[in-house]
Amino acid sequence: MSPGLAAVATGFRGFARFLGGVLGADAYAKYLEHHHAAGHGEPPLTEREFWRDRTDRQDSNPQGRCC
Amino acid sequence: MASRPDEPVRAAKGSGPLTADPKLPPTAVDEAVREAEDKKWTPAKIALWAAIALLGGVAWFMLAIVRGETVNAIWFVFASVCTYLIGYRFYSKVIERLITKPDDRRATPAEYKADGKDYVRTDRNVLFGHHFAAIAGAGPLVGPIIAAQMGYLPGTIWIIIGVVLAGAVQDYLVMFFSMRRGGRSLGQMAREELGVIGGTAALIATLLIMVIIVAILALVVVNALGESPWGVFSVGMTIPIALFMGVYLRYIRPGKIMEVSLIGFVLLMAAIIGGGLVAETEWGSAFFTLDKVTIAWGLIVYGFIAAILPVWLLLAPRDYLSTFMKIGVIVMLALAIIVVRPEITVPAFSEFASRDNGPVFPGALFPFLFVTIACGALSGFHALISSGTTPKLIEKERQTRFIGYGGMLMESFVAIMALVAAISIDRGLYFAMNSPAALTGGTVETAAAWVNSLGLAGVNVNPAMLAETAANVGEQSIVSRTGGAPTLAVGLAHIMQQFIGGTALMAFWYHFAIMFEALFILTAVDAGTRVARFMLQDSIGNFIPKFKEHSWRPGAWLCTAVMVAAWGAVLLMGVTDPLGGINTLFPLFGIANQLLAAIALSVCLAIVAKRGSFKYLWIVAVPLAFAAVVTITASYQKIFSSTPAVGYFANNAAFSKALADGKTEFGTAKSVAAMEAVVRNTAIQGWLSVIFVVLSIIVIAMALVATIKAFRNHSAGLPNVDNEDEARPSKVFAPAGLIPTPAERELQAEWNKLPAELRFERAGHHK
Repeated sequence: MSPGLAAVATGFRGFARFLGGVLGADAYAKYLEHHHAAGHGEPPLTEREFWRDRTDRQDSNPQGRCC
Repeated sequence: MASRPDEPVRAAKGSGPLTADPKLPPTAVDEAVREAEDKKWTPAKIALWAAIALLGGVAWFMLAIVRGETVNAIWFVFASVCTYLIGYRFYSKVIERLITKPDDRRATPAEYKADGKDYVRTDRNVLFGHHFAAIAGAGPLVGPIIAAQMGYLPGTIWIIIGVVLAGAVQDYLVMFFSMRRGGRSLGQMAREELGVIGGTAALIATLLIMVIIVAILALVVVNALGESPWGVFSVGMTIPIALFMGVYLRYIRPGKIMEVSLIGFVLLMAAIIGGGLVAETEWGSAFFTLDKVTIAWGLIVYGFIAAILPVWLLLAPRDYLSTFMKIGVIVMLALAIIVVRPEITVPAFSEFASRDNGPVFPGALFPFLFVTIACGALSGFHALISSGTTPKLIEKERQTRFIGYGGMLMESFVAIMALVAAISIDRGLYFAMNSPAALTGGTVETAAAWVNSLGLAGVNVNPAMLAETAANVGEQSIVSRTGGAPTLAVGLAHIMQQFIGGTALMAFWYHFAIMFEALFILTAVDAGTRVARFMLQDSIGNFIPKFKEHSWRPGAWLCTAVMVAAWGAVLLMGVTDPLGGINTLFPLFGIANQLLAAIALSVCLAIVAKRGSFKYLWIVAVPLAFAAVVTITASYQKIFSSTPAVGYFANNAAFSKALADGKTEFGTAKSVAAMEAVVRNTAIQGWLSVIFVVLSIIVIAMALVATIKAFRNHSAGLPNVDNEDEARPSKVFAPAGLIPTPAERELQAEWNKLPAELRFERAGHHK
């Protein structure tokens, strides 16, 4: 890959990561990081369990969206 | 170049509860170093800011002083961006220095309450986008368009100056104070700072205001979709698309949010293109051409079902879609305006700027312009987002200026772009689209004749031009498509077709714009209903404890039904209103939103006073006084004005008298039933205004009492109650703004050298 193309690819990956962050796509990775750093005894939730728990908690804890 | 602080200074500063971990590098740039860096003006820096100031000055000169035939849209971009930069660099720093006084040695809730779920340290740039997506919706896209009736300048000045001195200040302060309180909500802070009476008034006012805001947003959607088979089909398709995305995320590939958002986006585009094809067929046109009342009922039923369905099925996936679209649309609109640079022929002040009988919204420039444009200049609703959700994700205290103040500047820029899009279309077309059918008569011939009879300078529309525009955007008619959304869509289609695709793509761009506005609004309606339902459940729960159990189905359903019935009733009232709906209800939306801002600023005023910053109280007091004067004057006129078009009760009396006199038609109401509807609607609207303003005055009064009490305590040397969470030392570092300063970069490098096992350590947790 030419350096120019590589720079574009890096830029695009950076933007995709930013957009993913804004959407909250990295929530599970952050949870794992937290779980690991906090040194919990029990194993972390699986990806499926985590997302299930996340949206289910939003049921009783809604986040506002503005006008 | 910044030097590292020497050890004794740091040790002295780090004494008390904020003793830093000796194993770690400093968690904040040293105060003295930062000050020196801030005050050091290199020639390059001076040249840069001089250039920004000069460009901004020239742009304002072009907009406000030069009176040519036309003005180029690019001056709006320069005037706003340069003013934002100056406001951000100088005024928000003044607020930071004098009012908030952030301390990066203190841990934020995301650090000391870290749970990996709700409290998560988030990269500042990502959080900026996240917060922006939460605060910006259809509001800044609607208000400026309706306000364009008065010409471009009043709205432009209010949006740009208002955000710097009021809107962004509110967002920043609420976010900062909520962060210092572990992410508490505005309602909880009001109760703590203003006592039971002030807190309860704030809660009831917030609940009612949410109902009004949801109802009027829904009215905007209904007006955009009425008699539009293309729009109904493509917006209707967002429901199955969202359901599919929800199931995909829950059962097929959990957590693949980017992937499913892309799939959803492609499906959305297909729905827009498909809508055009369906609307052309006979069955499609017959099936999807719905009148406004039917659509309103559909929306009410949808609103109830959406609010009781689990979040994962509909709300969450649509939220992803909406966020995805939001960022895309705004980038696209900004690019298009910069590339196309349309010439604006609308005058700076229109004929209606000095009158109070404009057809789009009634009332004089002061105060009604300032309530018509709420979102984008000063939006109280933001206080509900800035407290609660975002503060739980902030990594460092100093970042609140970038996220809170900067995020609101960004929304203001969206409002400016919406204004530009709306005023780039022909002025005659603007009035034909935005005046109620009661005035335009609803057909192209009557509308053209009526607009030409207004005697506006340079306005001459003909029926063929109105019909051609409708055909270009794929609609049956564009006459009296009030609510702002269709006007924005025509403006956007007009600009975008010069950028990509030409006239052939105008219909696509029009429906693309309608689609994203509907998407934002449906998300706001759904989320608003849910939030309001929980507020109602908690309130009733004070008397009947069972209601506090959020998982108790009958309670949840009952409260949802109550909230949907409340906004549904206002929506139906607006849809069937013989006077036109948007022009009678939109002022109520703005007043409600600004009153919420007054409540939020009142809470901030009390907090600032309790912190002892009396000398600089004006930073909060000035926007609060302005919001209070504007909204109380507007409410006063809505309640007491003797001009029927402005005063709800004057209108009520006029129609009641006509009924009593046995008339069968009066003004724009052509039947007894319509006259009775006006009497009923104006009474409801009038009493709602009374309730809002009384509640808000109570809250403001309680804030003043708290402020005076704080001042007395302060003078007497007594301590004021401080409701902040206790200070805990931080164990992380991150830069404050978009671009790290040299000192921040140096400190960051020190942190990067740290062994990994020390670097990601979280404060006080399970160790």
